[in-house]
Amino acid sequence: MHSPTANVPETVPWVARVSMYAYPTATALLIFAVWEAVTRAGWVSSLILPAPSIIIATSFENLPLLLQMSGTTAAEFLLGFALSVAIGLPLGALVVYARPIELAIYPLLVAFQTLPKAAVAPIFIVWLGTGITSKVLIAFSIAFFPIVIDTVVGLRSAQPETIHLVRSMGGSALQVFWYVRFPNALPAIFAGLKVASTLAVVGAIVGEFVSSDRGLGYLVLVANGELKTPLVFACVLILTILGIVFYFLVEQLEKFVVRWHVSSRQVEAVGTY
Amino acid sequence: MTRPAATLLKLDAAAAHRDCFVRLQNVDKVYAGRGGGLKAVDNVSLDLHDGEFLAIVGPSGCGKSTLMMMVAGLSPVSAGEITIRAQNVTGPYTDVGVVFQRDALLEWRTVLDNVLLQIDVRRLRRADYEKAAYTLLERVGLAGFEKSYPWELSGGMRQRVSLCRALIHNPSLLLMDEPFGALDALTREQMNLDLQKIWIDTRKTMLFITHSIWEAIFLADHVIVMTPRPGRIAAVIKIDLPRPRRLAVRETAQFGHYAAMVREQFQAFGLLKES
Repeated sequence: MHSPTANVPETVPWVARVSMYAYPTATALLIFAVWEAVTRAGWVSSLILPAPSIIIATSFENLPLLLQMSGTTAAEFLLGFALSVAIGLPLGALVVYARPIELAIYPLLVAFQTLPKAAVAPIFIVWLGTGITSKVLIAFSIAFFPIVIDTVVGLRSAQPETIHLVRSMGGSALQVFWYVRFPNALPAIFAGLKVASTLAVVGAIVGEFVSSDRGLGYLVLVANGELKTPLVFACVLILTILGIVFYFLVEQLEKFVVRWHVSSRQVEAVGTY
Repeated sequence: MTRPAATLLKLDAAAAHRDCFVRLQNVDKVYAGRGGGLKAVDNVSLDLHDGEFLAIVGPSGCGKSTLMMMVAGLSPVSAGEITIRAQNVTGPYTDVGVVFQRDALLEWRTVLDNVLLQIDVRRLRRADYEKAAYTLLERVGLAGFEKSYPWELSGGMRQRVSLCRALIHNPSLLLMDEPFGALDALTREQMNLDLQKIWIDTRKTMLFITHSIWEAIFLADHVIVMTPRPGRIAAVIKIDLPRPRRLAVRETAQFGHYAAMVREQFQAFGLLKES
């Protein structure tokens, strides 16, 4: 019998693997080189746009402070994200499985989503104080919506035949969920988790902007007030790194959990090279 | 050349045997909707006996898939009655293997795990069926693919896996809804030969739905011809061809005679027009 797996390379060719990193790195380096040159040439004041070298130097000088502030911000968005998952997933399942719940809360959910969270953030501060709790809740309020929506979409996308099949095996509704609906929803759920992972970071910073006494968002405000522009950029740099690392971790988890899905098949993805 | 002893008869529910496996009596299916709904199946009565291979052939949308869903207990009848071994079908009938046009393989399970899904859902012991799964897969030419994922297989191979999944628990009834409808012509012929072999070996009671006239005649003991929507039984044709049937049987006069009988029904509904 002809084997379709035989002609497909088992591993990604090294050229593809290298170019996967080489291309974005080259683009970034080019941007930084131009940036460095423009600021060094004195075309822009370092108060407005400090050179990348100065930003990196400032980051190292203030490393203990930045790390301390990062810890706070990371705790805020991680807890906010965790809360989004803990509430968003079951809520999505409820919307799919219980028609009254769908009718009762789905329109409200959408209405809540259109509400600009930054505008509501001060209310959270009034209710919950200026501590970490209010930031966690703001992060949650921004991040949980895509998780709910994608869970609903994912759970509804099961092929009807697969559900009929499990029922013809005598499967219960719970078994249909466990064997078909939930695994089938995982790619969609991870799409929601990835969006949520970036939104949780935004939420934490919004919360810190409104009122706080620690965190990277707080440091941005303080440094900005003191016209320490390089430190502002250093905060942004660290925040970017935090966001990328978090997103990357979620993506790695996705690759592990849904490695069967089209989006995880690198072998096919590099077929165009 | 003698004229084949084929009979074209209108099915009479009252005259049907009492000892049948699956029996449909005056079954209707109406889908709710505007203007009183859409009638998909209209007054269908038929008997399916133990070890019989029954094919239902009809145009697209004639309710033949609906009919199968109702026999499986996955969709309720609107009127009439379906009994399996004299028991009224009110919920999913589970002593059954089902194959759909789409293979319905779970992408996150390996070939072996897809076959054993049947065992997992039924809460049977995997260890008792693993060897049988390997044997079944080998029989349909998939030895060595047990650990592959569905996306690594061709359409024909995937449908073979779903065939194994329908057989692994040794059910007494097989329901197949256009199982080879999505396959290319060559693969389809091979699948027909393979299915015939499996059926001759196991003699399982089979309800096979297709829109291919020759596939129905090639495989079945009886071919039921259905009308366009709402689906009614237009004719029941007994196929008297010795088994195992070879592909060349299609070129025989007898086969041509059966095909003509089905085709005449389709022409009578105005489905086939030769200007």
